[in-house]
Amino acid sequence: MSEPLTVAMPKGRIFEEAVELLREAGFPLPPEFDDSRKLIVDANEADLRFILAKPMDVPTYVEHGVADLGVAGKDTMIEEERDVYEVLDLNISECYLAVAGLPGYEKSDINPKVASKYPNLATQYFKEQGEQVEIIKLNGSIELAPLVGLADRIVDIVSTGRTLRENGLVELETIVPITSRLIVNPVSYRMKDTRIDDLVERLAKVVEEDDE
Amino acid sequence: MSKPFMFEKPVGMRDTLPAYYQTKNKIRQRMKKEIDSWGYVPIETPALEYYDTVGTASAILDQQLFKLLDQQGNTLVLRPDMTAPIARVAASSLKDQAFPLRLSYHSPLFRAQQKEGGRPAEFEQMGVELVGDGTSSADGEVIALMAATLKKAGLQDFQIAIGHIGYVNALLLDVVGSEERADTLRRYLYEKNYVGFKQHVKSLPLSSIDEKRLLGLLQLRGGAEKLNDAQELVQNGDAAQALHDLHQLFDVLEAYGVSEHIKLDLNLVMHMSYYTGVVFEGYGSKLGFPLSSGGRYDELLQKFHRPARATGFGIRLDLLVEAVGETEGLPQQTCILFSKERRKEAIKEAAQLREDGRSVVLQDLQGVENVDELSEAYEEVYYFIGKKQGGSSHE
Repeated sequence: MSEPLTVAMPKGRIFEEAVELLREAGFPLPPEFDDSRKLIVDANEADLRFILAKPMDVPTYVEHGVADLGVAGKDTMIEEERDVYEVLDLNISECYLAVAGLPGYEKSDINPKVASKYPNLATQYFKEQGEQVEIIKLNGSIELAPLVGLADRIVDIVSTGRTLRENGLVELETIVPITSRLIVNPVSYRMKDTRIDDLVERLAKVVEEDDE
Repeated sequence: MSKPFMFEKPVGMRDTLPAYYQTKNKIRQRMKKEIDSWGYVPIETPALEYYDTVGTASAILDQQLFKLLDQQGNTLVLRPDMTAPIARVAASSLKDQAFPLRLSYHSPLFRAQQKEGGRPAEFEQMGVELVGDGTSSADGEVIALMAATLKKAGLQDFQIAIGHIGYVNALLLDVVGSEERADTLRRYLYEKNYVGFKQHVKSLPLSSIDEKRLLGLLQLRGGAEKLNDAQELVQNGDAAQALHDLHQLFDVLEAYGVSEHIKLDLNLVMHMSYYTGVVFEGYGSKLGFPLSSGGRYDELLQKFHRPARATGFGIRLDLLVEAVGETEGLPQQTCILFSKERRKEAIKEAAQLREDGRSVVLQDLQGVENVDELSEAYEEVYYFIGKKQGGSSHE
């Protein structure tokens, strides 16, 4: 057998859910992967190798071809605009992107500001709404921004809404639903097409069964 | 921005140092020899063109163009591809030459600067344009030449995916009925977003048969046998024509003996409007980015007022060198080290060796900082040092 297929994934829950899908699709993966500190995990029997990366970086690894495939949230796909194939909706880690702010928020007339981890996506969204806002990029704990007056609204991922509620914020607008996607490098998609098509097909079956 | 350090270059610009130059040059020579041997004549065009002519006619998106202003305030672009300039030349300076024209080029191209590595603002491309020939033989010739050129460059393991935009358009239009709706679906393919394509198809008010036909498009990749599946999905005149083209093309490619490198991929949409027929893209196993691309662009020449059918390809030399992955050593050189008493003798000896085809460095001993280091850098060193007449010490 040739080199293993390489799959880039975020650590943690998404990794576990994606691995479970692969098991259901009949890939012989070990029941447990030892130690979470490793960045590269081999599953020799299934001829797969996993690269564990930051969620936002997964499309980068795949675009540059160091990973043949990847599991990336739709949010990172919109934000990063990488040149990769988005072949399958895995329907895992469902959430959505939303605009949130303090209760009783009213549109400010003076240079309204929006804080987000997704500056490109937020810019695009407000442009489509015909609203002129200034975007401030933050790397985490976005909820802080309206509380301390850095911005009057935020654009962020919402799954249960608990983080918003705990910080006294309310959701103002829903932007787009998000799920994790299976993405493929354009060269791997051609050079390793038989193996990739097989993997995609088997995963598609599992995902669609879950759907019904 | 702060003032650049003196060693800095503008973003996206690269130096070519001697070892890399040797590697690139060797590959370039082999490729050029192959292209020349197929009867394509090289041309050069200026680095700067008008935005309103070549800039807008080019397949490169507006935001990717490297733009500047000239003294009169005209917007200029640094040549983003060679196809549009060649179309300009074919329609003007070469307008009295009968079609078909077979032209080749290798030249630096430019793109808007980007901060991320691996996206140079200047890179070299080598390619051909076959202008004024609409036959499948022409499509096949260009693809076979691209394969031959990649092979000559030293690339062992590569694939070329072939699509046909005429087929995609025919199928989409046949199912959804309007250009506008077809355009939405085409954009999903262009963006490589198959998930979006599937979701959009499911949201359309279509019969389950029509839905299956659209989703079936995504399965149309693999060997030539997929052309039969393609025929099942749509039977109108445009689709039949496109499939006829592809059948012919696969015959041509078989005759050229390159079938092992060819795969059908009818989802390949490389541009929203530029290409008009067969499109193709080349990939090597060692690099994550496509190395080369091309296709039929039958509507470009009329923008320059000499309508003609045309096809061509371009190979990114920077990416190809990475994909080939071998580096050449520097060329073997001889050094003659002399002191000024024997300069004349040394010059004469150098001339003789150069006559014999050697590459000879002639170096005055007084100009050398470290003789040991210098002599180590050369394959052989002749010493013409001291007052001694005749003969030469040789190491």
